[in-house]
Amino acid sequence: MSKVVEGLYYAQSHEWLKVEGNIGIIGVSDFAQAQLGSIVFVDLPEVGIQVTKEVEFGAVESVKAASDLLSPISGVVIENNQAVIDDPELINKDAFANWLIKVEIANPSEIDQLLSAADYRSISK
Amino acid sequence: MDEILKTCLYDRHVQLSAKMEPFAGYWMPISYSGIIEEHQAVRNHSGMFDVSHMGEIRITGKDAIPFVEFITTNEINSKPFGKVIYGLFLYDNGTCVDDLLVYKVASDELFLVVNASNVAKDYTWIVEHTEGFEVLVKNESDDWSEVAVQGPETEKIVMEMMQIDLTDLTFYTFKNVIWNGHKLLISRTGYTGEDGFEIYGDAIAIPEVWDLLLSSGKILPCGLGCRDTLRFEASLPLYGHEISDQILPIEAGLGSFVKMEKPDFIGKKALLAQKTAGLVHKLVGIELTERAIPRQGYEVYSGDQMIGHVTTGYLSISTDKCIANALIATKYAIIGDQISVLIRKKMVPGVIRNRQYYKKNYKQ
Repeated sequence: MSKVVEGLYYAQSHEWLKVEGNIGIIGVSDFAQAQLGSIVFVDLPEVGIQVTKEVEFGAVESVKAASDLLSPISGVVIENNQAVIDDPELINKDAFANWLIKVEIANPSEIDQLLSAADYRSISK
Repeated sequence: MDEILKTCLYDRHVQLSAKMEPFAGYWMPISYSGIIEEHQAVRNHSGMFDVSHMGEIRITGKDAIPFVEFITTNEINSKPFGKVIYGLFLYDNGTCVDDLLVYKVASDELFLVVNASNVAKDYTWIVEHTEGFEVLVKNESDDWSEVAVQGPETEKIVMEMMQIDLTDLTFYTFKNVIWNGHKLLISRTGYTGEDGFEIYGDAIAIPEVWDLLLSSGKILPCGLGCRDTLRFEASLPLYGHEISDQILPIEAGLGSFVKMEKPDFIGKKALLAQKTAGLVHKLVGIELTERAIPRQGYEVYSGDQMIGHVTTGYLSISTDKCIANALIATKYAIIGDQISVLIRKKMVPGVIRNRQYYKKNYKQ
């Protein structure tokens, strides 16, 4: 049974979004990391790159497979997590503590289109 | 879709909580404890694979040797009995039907081991070419189960646990043994770049071998996931990647297993013509100079020019390098030249290199 954290927003494609004012913190869910297995590489956008809701912005990769990351929200990247780039397996250890990118949210109304923790729990069994 | 089959070790894989996936018509273990751990076990200690899905075809009869000489690329006649010989079946146009191991049993008997996904195709193709030869072709795939035990500590552990002497088995030789009342065929072969054995037996014998060897506590069960990372680092080809019905063996760097001096074999004429005309593609190694993982199918560029594609690529577990095999246009196949691989709309720079990513560790 994978972990789902309350108070976050979730995408069908297994990314999570934490909202802090106009900043969105994005990561992948515990379910996603468990499905993928040992993560050996993450490909994240540079600061200043524009990401778009439901559009690929990078990838998390296991030995065998690359899994595209789709942004749960549109915005501009203000930070990427160097710790995760240096040690991708951190995501396997704790997918919620180890975020991937922070964005300045362009359109807050997009948040409402995401799933609640309860809804996400029901699709990620 | 036909029902997916189970090998004789299926229940054991489930009990070990292996990640199972359908492969070549069988439920096969992809990994148990994790691909990286399993890969390292084979490189440093010992690991065991269920490879019961492999295909076994027996050729018997007066013309067994001349027939297999005719349908495969390598030379068999001069090799001693007890030898295992790697070769390929080719179509008339020189591209690959499959690759295989030939076990030279007797003057009237050869045992062929082929890729699981190609058994039906291979069998039909072999039978189609028997005209004029006094041979019997029998698909014995359902009668055989198989484990591969691989890694530098394998010989010692297998001999201790099974109480059999395998020191006389040199690289790419085999013998038949009676063990615990079972007939086993054991060869010093494998698909990892390490020393080790492949053990063939029936569906009663192989689970006994599996259980006994695992009970040593010194052999890790390993899945198809690390089988691929291991064979890739050791530059061993895989059908559907480095070889296929679109690729000539001489393009794939397998020329040493294609004996052009043999009087005749299927595909020889086409290969001769291609050699004269010049090869269109060549299989090369690629090493990225930025961190990214080049995967099968990704396009390879020289400047703006698309020159080919990746056949297999990994962030190599043993070398921590981002490396790939790529089939590219021959004129660009120059070691040291700069190329790039298109990865998620980004051109990632790299250089062309040899394919010796990992030094094979065979016992001769």
